[in-house]
This record gives sequence, structure tokens and C-alpha cells, in this order.
Amino acid sequence: MNQDIKNHINEALKKGVRLDGRKKDEYRKLEIEVGVIATAEGSARVKCGDTEIIAGIKLSTGTPYPDSPDSGVMMVGTELLPMANPEFESGPPRIESIETARVIDRGIRESKTIDTKKLCIEKGELVWMVMVDVLPLNHDGNLIDLGGLAALAALKNAKMVELKDGKPLFGKRTKENLPVSCMPIPVTVLKIGDNLIVDPTHEEEKAVDARLTVSVLEDNTICAMQKGGDSPLSEKDINDMVDLAIKKSQELRKILNEALAK
Amino acid sequence: MSDGKLLVKDKEVVVPGEVLVKGMGFLPGYGTYRKEDEIIANRLGLLTVDGKVLKTVPLSGRYMPKRNDIIIGNVIDILMSGWRLDTNSPYSAVLPLKDASFNYIEKGADLTRYFELDDYIVLKVTNVTSQKLVDVTCKGPGLHKLRGGRIILVNTHKVPRIIGKKGSMVSLIKNATGCKITVGQNGMAWISGEPEMEVIAVNTIKMIEEQSHVSGLTDKIHAYLEKATGKKVALAEDKPDNEMKEVNKTESSSKAADSKNQKDFLKSRDSESLTNIKKPKE
Amino acid sequence: MSSKFTKRPDGRKFDETRKIEAKAGVIKKADGSAYFKIGKTTAYAAVYGPRELHPRHMQDPKTGILRCNYNMMPFSSEERVRPGPSRRSKEISMVTEKALGPVMDLKDYPNAVVDVFIELTETDAGSRCAGICAAAIALADAGVTMKDMVSAISIGVIDNNIVMDLDGEEEHIEDVFVADIPIAMVPSTGEITLLQMDGRMTKENLLEGIKMVKPVLKNIAEIQRKALKDKYKR
Repeated sequence: MNQDIKNHINEALKKGVRLDGRKKDEYRKLEIEVGVIATAEGSARVKCGDTEIIAGIKLSTGTPYPDSPDSGVMMVGTELLPMANPEFESGPPRIESIETARVIDRGIRESKTIDTKKLCIEKGELVWMVMVDVLPLNHDGNLIDLGGLAALAALKNAKMVELKDGKPLFGKRTKENLPVSCMPIPVTVLKIGDNLIVDPTHEEEKAVDARLTVSVLEDNTICAMQKGGDSPLSEKDINDMVDLAIKKSQELRKILNEALAK
Repeated sequence: MSDGKLLVKDKEVVVPGEVLVKGMGFLPGYGTYRKEDEIIANRLGLLTVDGKVLKTVPLSGRYMPKRNDIIIGNVIDILMSGWRLDTNSPYSAVLPLKDASFNYIEKGADLTRYFELDDYIVLKVTNVTSQKLVDVTCKGPGLHKLRGGRIILVNTHKVPRIIGKKGSMVSLIKNATGCKITVGQNGMAWISGEPEMEVIAVNTIKMIEEQSHVSGLTDKIHAYLEKATGKKVALAEDKPDNEMKEVNKTESSSKAADSKNQKDFLKSRDSESLTNIKKPKE
Repeated sequence: MSSKFTKRPDGRKFDETRKIEAKAGVIKKADGSAYFKIGKTTAYAAVYGPRELHPRHMQDPKTGILRCNYNMMPFSSEERVRPGPSRRSKEISMVTEKALGPVMDLKDYPNAVVDVFIELTETDAGSRCAGICAAAIALADAGVTMKDMVSAISIGVIDNNIVMDLDGEEEHIEDVFVADIPIAMVPSTGEITLLQMDGRMTKENLLEGIKMVKPVLKNIAEIQRKALKDKYKR
């Protein structure tokens, strides 16, 4: 990024003003809608500013991993669709999209959001596989947090698929929910100069010095983290960033719960 | 044969494939074509009936470089004998050494001393070939490297509205916000000022972009600016002297401004000219 | 000829399409965009360009080129679709390009490309036709020169009966012959720019189908144009 423009962003942040006029810890208007795709077992659409993401859950059956014969499998995939931003191109997944998927996946997996033991059909032989696909339609920043929220909302929205002779009957769903036990909310805090911000636009992301994604649970414990960006962080930075992440996670959790209750 | 019956009203939005006229009484202009006795739109736009000629004013679409346009370019490569710039169009432009500076630049000199990668520069398009090779110059009044500030992208077809008649609209925004603003024909705009004021300037520009077809837009924008900034703003048309001063003030980045050029610019009826830049003499 | 097929599963008339919704300008970052929904089948299209074409050897110095990319989202069908291009999606991308190409005029953009990305969020048959309809709106929204819309739908032939807009359930009717004919047309001229078919039918079925589809596609073209005009409603 042009150094002049970066300095300009930094100077404005020092005065507490972001490019779009928001305060440093202010989110854009966030809208979450669930059950938007009939072909998916569960789905959600998240809109925040100009960013729009769709997440969908598909179930299938398969053999468990040998080291966990009684556990189902959950995987998160994201693809930075070339539709969503002129800077994305068709082709194999880029490192950014792999990172986004892995950070969302880690938050959900490490918190044991999905009780995979309950996804076992026959020990060592047959288990449910839960595929979470998170796809941005329009990318204007903050894909990790918003993708994570979309994934959670879709998981909460999902119903199990009917099983007949060990084979899933695609298109037929039971009334049973997926075994979702908790909700880790990912919050990414960005550091630009000495300023900490949340919910960056794509333009702000380009000016980032360092970022820290913190996945926060209901009791304010942390279940996953990822540091990104080129600059190092001090202990104080980390303290402040985690504080801000916990504070924002409470607001986001409220919005998510309201959307799920609708 | 009939004179032709207009099926769509003047200033209405027309879309590709829409039949505009049946009959031979009209002539097809830009954005339309004739098929047998019909004239049909082939581009999304606002219909303009100009006597017997039908044409459309585009509402969307990317910028296409045109000779003599004043644009903002972004340095994307440093070449053996110049710079390559992104022009927010399908075609990049080349700024040759001889057009970069009034000083002589020796071959093999360190070109980053003049322009570095990622710099934004106000340029004039000097030539566009049939194969869309684009040459630009940075030599001329008002053409310069932009320092500080921020860049936003706007719809290239709305640039004349953002600038306004004789630069009245952009002067209004500058007066109200105290920001320096340069709008390039290619839809790249540069804004620099106090952070809160910049936000107001950007929001105002977005508002003009979205409501460019609304009548009484200047009054609406004026009211919005007074509300947003919380102070009285003089309408540019009412006080031409003030406007002149304001433009002079915001001109500070281009030292070479001579007053004759300034007056030429202000007199210019060409609403498409840049406000921050004096209209260069041909 | 008597037929066992007398009533469509969802009660539609034989020449009736499912409910259609279309909207232009749904993806802010794109130069042009649209979505087109027919029944449950939902296609988004985003246009980027004209822009510089890489790799260079693909450039055409005489004209800009159109490049389409059709993709189904993993959760868009009952069984998960593996992400990334497949032989199927590559073929559909190619026929989509050929379906839209004849109305486009890109000679003002030598060496450049107009990219069209089509994403299906949900499918219930007729996805390539929905993709073409969405793409045509998105291209017009992007301000590209085109002499007309392109409108597309799937004609069904079920046991000698011609039906419009075959849905997923009808596609899988057993015991009788079913044919699926995706077709795209330039509505004002009747020129056919996409024609595929699978199943089994007679030549007469095909010609009757083409006759029957024309007014349906003209109606779809109106919906496409309205979507564009609605974007600029005051």
C-alpha cells in the first residue's frame, strides 16, 4: 500500500476517525439471516457493510479416522470466489482463503462446538461428516469474523439427514439439530500504527501492521487464536487486543442469538 | 413511411434490446442502432432526444482513456524509460521520461527519485492509439504527484455531476469541508483534509453519485453539508469571489498556478474540466 | 396421441414457468451484477471488466473477449458439490460464453477481457439457463454494448407433452420418456444461441417446443429489463 495513504489513515485514527467515519471499536451494521438455502442442511447469510457471506452445511457419511474411531468429522472450507472482489482470480485456493478456513475451523473444532462423539453411527465403521462451506459473495473486509459467524449460525440452523441402511437420504431431514454445544465467536483486532480497530474494510486491511483473531466462548474464555500481519506484537498489545476481542464478542453474540431466535 | 413514433420518453432509463422508435423519422446516435425501421438501444443509459437524433448517456461502465482527459494514475511499474500506471480502465498508461518533469532526466537515472511504485499522480492523457496504447504527461499546469490524502473510486460517468457546472459542486464541498479535492475523469478522486471533514466530503460525493439524476441536487447537497458540518456554507454561485479564493487556496499544491490560467479555468463552461486543475491551453 | 402424463407435479400449466425474481446491482464490488431466481434455482452473476487480460497469449488484438465461469456452491444441491472446476462446470462455462457472445460487441476493447462469474447458491434444475439470464442482466448492468438481452429456459418433453421450465422433480419422472432441452435465445430476433438436449423425444417435439418457448422467453426478457430499470427507480 502507498505509504502516504497509510500514514494518512494512521493520522486520522490517532484522532479517532476511520475512513468511513466509524469509531475505532465500532462494527458496521450487521445482519444475520438463517435458513436461506433449501438444499443445505443448514445455512446462513451474513451482511456487514458491503461484505456479504453465505455459509452452508452439508452432511454425508464416511469412515472415521483410525485414531478416533468413535468420532464424526467436521471440516470448514472457504473459497475466495473471484465474484466477490476484483483482486481475486480463479484457480487453486490462495493462502489467504486457506488461512481464513483454518482459523474458522480451529475456533469451532477446538471449542468442541460440535460434539463429534454424537456423530458416530457405528464405531470404527460409519460416522457423520459435517462439511461447512463459507463463501463470500462480496468481499469488503473482515472475512474471518463474519465467516465464523456465518458458519456458527448455519450449524445452529442445521438439521440431521435421515439414514436408511447406513446410507443418508439426501433431501430428507429429521427434526433433530446438529449436536452444537457452544458458540465460539471469532473477533479479529487489527493494529494500524498504535491504533486498534475491529471490523476492518478491505481498504483498512491493506494498511494493517498486525492482527490478532481471538475466538471467545460464552464464559469469556478463549478457544483459538491466530496472529497475522508483518509486524510483531508486544505483551501490552496482546492484552489490549484480547480485551477488545472479548468485549466485542459479547455484542456479536447478542446479535447472533437474536437472529437464531427469529 | 411514417415519421417514427417515440416509444420511450426523453431522460428515461433504457436497456439493451429496448425498441426506442418505430419508423424512419429519427436517427440512431451513441448507444443505439437501427434495425430495419426500428431504433434499438444497445447500452444501458438515459435516453436523450436531441432533435431527430436519439442517443444514450451511459449510467455505468468503466472509464476508457481519451486524449486530453485529466486523470489520476497509480504507478504499477517502473520501466527502462518511464513509468507504467494503472488508470482505473482496461488499459494501463505509460509516462515517458520526457513527460515526467520539466527538468532533464538522464537515461539510467534513478527513476524512483521522481515517482515511486504506488504513487498517485494527476496526469493528462496525451495519446491513445487504436490498440489502446495510452501515453500520459505530468508536464502542465495542475499536473503533479499527490501527497497524503486518500483515494476513492467513483463512477466515471458521474464525474461531471460531482464537479458541477464550472466546478460549482466540488467548490461547494471544498468550501464546506475545507478539504482539498481532485476528481479525475477516470473516476479516481483524491481528498485531503481533517479526518471528520474528509468523511463528510466522501459521503457527499457518494450522495451525488447515487442521486445524480435527482433535480435540485445542488440545494439538497448544500443542505446536507450545512447539517453535517454544522455551519453556514455559502453557495458557490452566489459568491464567485469567495469561490475564486477557495479554489486558489486549495490550489496550493500546484505552485505553478498563474492567475490567467486560473481565470480561464473559472470562466470555462466545460463542466467536465477538473476543478483543482486549470484547463490547460491547447 | 394419448399420454399418461396429464398433470404437472406442482400443478403448473404446461406453458407456465416457476416464479421468477430478478434484481440488478447486487454485488457492490463488481462492475455489473445480478441475481436471477426461478423456482428454487438461484444464480448470481458478477461482471468484472473490460479489464486487462492475462495471460497475454490469450489476448485478441482485434476485440475484447468474453470469459464466463459457471460454478455451483458446495451446498447448492442435495449432494455436496466438490469445490473447484469440474468437467461439467467447464463445459457449461463454455456454452454460456457461446450463448451470450452473439449479442455482445467488444471490439472497442482490443486485448481486454470481460469476466463473468456465475455462482449457483441453490439449484433445482435449470441452473445453466438461470446462470445465462443472470449473466445477461449483469453484462447490461456493467454498461457493456449488447444488441439485445439473452434469455434462457429449459423446455421439457414429458411423454410427448411439451412443458416449460422443467423442474427437478419432473426431470426424474420414471416410466415415461422425459427430455430436457436447455435453450437460449435473442428475444427480438428469435436466434437460438444455446441448444442442448438429453432424454428422448421426436423431431416434432423439438420444433413444437421451440415454437412454444418463444413467448415465454420474450416474457423473461421483460423481467430482465425490468430488473435493470428498477435499479434506477427514483
